[in-house]
Amino acid sequence: MIQIKDLHFAYPRQQALFNSLSVHLEAGSITGLLGKNGAGKTSLLKLLTGLLHPVSGELSVMDHQPRKREVSLLNDIYMVPEEFFFPSISIRDYVKAYTPFYPRFDHELLDRILIEFELGNERKLQRLSHGQKKKFLIAFALATRCRLLVLDEPTNGLDIPSKALFRKILAGSLDEDQLVLISTHQVKDVENLIDKIIILDNGEVIFHQTIQEISQKVAFISGTSEEREEAIYSEAVPGGYRLMIPNGLEETEVDIELLFNAITNGHKIG
Amino acid sequence: MEFKNTKGIFLQIADSISEKVVEGKYPPGEKIPSVRDLAAEMGVNPNTVMRTYSELQTREIIDNKRGVGYYVSADAVEIIRKWKRKEFFEIELPLIVRQTRILDITLDELKPYFESPINSNPHENQ
Repeated sequence: MIQIKDLHFAYPRQQALFNSLSVHLEAGSITGLLGKNGAGKTSLLKLLTGLLHPVSGELSVMDHQPRKREVSLLNDIYMVPEEFFFPSISIRDYVKAYTPFYPRFDHELLDRILIEFELGNERKLQRLSHGQKKKFLIAFALATRCRLLVLDEPTNGLDIPSKALFRKILAGSLDEDQLVLISTHQVKDVENLIDKIIILDNGEVIFHQTIQEISQKVAFISGTSEEREEAIYSEAVPGGYRLMIPNGLEETEVDIELLFNAITNGHKIG
Repeated sequence: MEFKNTKGIFLQIADSISEKVVEGKYPPGEKIPSVRDLAAEMGVNPNTVMRTYSELQTREIIDNKRGVGYYVSADAVEIIRKWKRKEFFEIELPLIVRQTRILDITLDELKPYFESPINSNPHENQ
């Protein structure tokens, strides 16, 4: 679905953000895009959706070049940005105005999600809180049934119950021909939801593996300082250490934070 | 001294389904939730649930009736017991043994816990 090869990108009069970025992504996944502040996560999402243009290199999304902004691509991509602006109209009017752009739009799904998120159709968008606006955008994004869904920090601003609701709704409303790309720092919010992790660092994809691959190679355990000796990476926590060790007996839950710190500190898991 | 670690999520889901089978909530022959429904219920990636179902299928705990769904197999309870017993002796028991050695706990001390009825804790009565 997404092919990027030797992508070069720089903002005007600035050092290059991506020098030779390459990555290949297929549908049927909820992929987590992780990276430190300023690693270029949002820029990459904007390149994918045609909001920014590459300087050189290959970038194709569903066999289109996003910079051409063809309708046949744009009606199959939806991006929930971190910051957004809504006109002063009701949810109902917004839906009426914007759904014609999305041929696969699923009104029944939208209504179902709006009810789960406790958002009435008559509500004026501008009078909603930031979190409620975000929930509306997520509902709208899922209802478009676009094959590429790009979510930039989707759980920012969501209250505690809404975060769990977000995971349930997302897990239950996708088709296998869709790809969801979630950029986030809130890894706890998307734990168990994502099945693949991409780490962006210094303008490159330095890590790209499925959760299954990761958990078959390494285990994440709590341990003592002696167990620390055999660990690939460890961090002190109250009561001992969190350790990333070569996987032996049984798969453990993937500790995404520990994995991220290990990888961005130059450790490899093979 | 914490030795217990959290199992991979696909194994946790397998455990919870197995538990329901053994408890009789999903009796043999019963249809279990679809991959998508269970993923939605738990907020877990559908591919993870798919992996759980293939694992349970390989162990012959559930059967896939093409186009219809997943059903608890006739021998599921027996298979789960065997699997869980093996897991107990290979994974859980060694940890308990290790812990009792570190804490100098004798077999005599443990005995009352095995002889008392389920759900009562001899420690509280001492």
